[in-house]
Amino acid sequence: MPLLILGIWSVAHGWRFPALVPGEVSFAAWSYVLSSASGVGASLGLTLSIAVATAVIATVISYPAGRALGRHRFPGRFAVLVLVLAPAVLPALAVALGLQGLFLRLGLTGTVSGVVLAHLIPALPYPTLVMTAAFAAFEPEFEHQARSLGARPLQVLAHVTLPAVAPALRVGAALAFLVSWSQYLLTLGIGAGKVQTLPLVLFTFATSGRNDLTGAVSLVHLLPALLVVGFTLALRMFHRVGGGRWSVPGVGG
Amino acid sequence: MTGGWRIFGMLAPLLLVLAGLFGLGLGLTLMRSLRYLPAIGLTEPDLAAYRAVLTAPRFLASVVWSLWIAGASSGISALLSLGTALLLRHGFAGRGLLLALIELGLAVPHVVGALGILYLFSQSGSFARLAFGAGLIDQPAAFPALTHDPYAIGIILLYVWKEMPFMTLVLLARLKRIGPGHEAVARSLGATPWQAFAQVLLPMLLPSLLVATALVFAFAFGAYEVPLLLGPHAPEAVSVVAWKHHTDVDLSARPEAMAMAVLVFVIAGAVLALGARLVWRLGGFSR
Repeated sequence: MPLLILGIWSVAHGWRFPALVPGEVSFAAWSYVLSSASGVGASLGLTLSIAVATAVIATVISYPAGRALGRHRFPGRFAVLVLVLAPAVLPALAVALGLQGLFLRLGLTGTVSGVVLAHLIPALPYPTLVMTAAFAAFEPEFEHQARSLGARPLQVLAHVTLPAVAPALRVGAALAFLVSWSQYLLTLGIGAGKVQTLPLVLFTFATSGRNDLTGAVSLVHLLPALLVVGFTLALRMFHRVGGGRWSVPGVGG
Repeated sequence: MTGGWRIFGMLAPLLLVLAGLFGLGLGLTLMRSLRYLPAIGLTEPDLAAYRAVLTAPRFLASVVWSLWIAGASSGISALLSLGTALLLRHGFAGRGLLLALIELGLAVPHVVGALGILYLFSQSGSFARLAFGAGLIDQPAAFPALTHDPYAIGIILLYVWKEMPFMTLVLLARLKRIGPGHEAVARSLGATPWQAFAQVLLPMLLPSLLVATALVFAFAFGAYEVPLLLGPHAPEAVSVVAWKHHTDVDLSARPEAMAMAVLVFVIAGAVLALGARLVWRLGGFSR
């Protein structure tokens, strides 16, 4: 797998053609990359906070939006769905160029908040669609029954609705995280070179000719993404095996 | 019944962000592409930028090249994912694990995958070294150029590697929804396995397959990082050309960059609209 080769390169020293395996194994690349001199650590933190911020905001926005889209058939629903889908499937370049001009005027270029806002554009569609599907499948009866049993709206939210759509919320957040995590052009355009996220840093290393450093940084870039998806998968499997709540207690089957 | 205003309120944040940022960004690009820049005195929109762009051989070559990449990647992925989905359809030991691995693979950022491909398939990469070791070549340049090559083989390889699993998952989900009932009925009425597949199952799968293919196509067409990393000096992908124009020191190149971006957007949109139309013609998604 291509990922393996990156790992091998990251510990290779003086590995030139045509050697099949590196002659020397050295961790010099890793120690440089993990040191503060390389700036990779700082970039990792920055990229993480941007991705988390994007994920949180996107998930929060997608909840009411998904609820509206999933449960109610209102005029213009189709148009909204198309609008929601568009940023995810159409090339971001056209939006990025114009957005740059807008953000320039608003003083948002070169700022982290500007980048987060920009990342929301491709990130929002996924949690919204996931939440729409979740709410479409969620029986409103559960909420009505809970209310008729005397529960207050906040209790209904916490004990009936949220647990039922929690898996979807997790998936949506993970997807938004991944979208922000891998963004390149948008960050480049809006960040104006000042916001150095991992993809940008990785690119600099990749074009430097130092395959060992590039290999190490790629793995650094890869790991959190794998962790996020792995975590979501593990939670899903845990729930399926019977650890979580799939049925609403008290409501007859 | 919930009031209309309440629904609007629920949708408001989403609409604000998407319509606001996406719409404004796009609108601005469009304006700039028409050379409408009041800031420097251009108040008469015109199509000069579009004319310049559409007659530039460099841009046209890029469009063709990007279309090739998008078409080959999505086509190959579609075929491979169809075969794989059919194979993986029925439960077998370890299927859950395999599916989990596929989902995990979706998390790999494109740049990381591209670098892996580069280190494996370039002329000084691992496969070239294997060939050298086997005595098939005597120097790096003798190994076929699979990266940085005019046929975009490395790029296509990456897209297939990355998108095929995604399409397989989509098809598997669809197959699960369809269920084996329809084919069983066809078989019981005397259809051969091939007929059951081609005339019963395939038409039901086609909408999902088309949508997934169109999505991959649109994505591959407008992508930036991967062609930049794995592509040759010329031709370049459309997004790369557009970005280069945008960051050109010569400010008059800006409207051209905007025009290119708009054209990329329009072409990708046309492909998706075509896909949607075809799906609609085929009868949409039957429950």
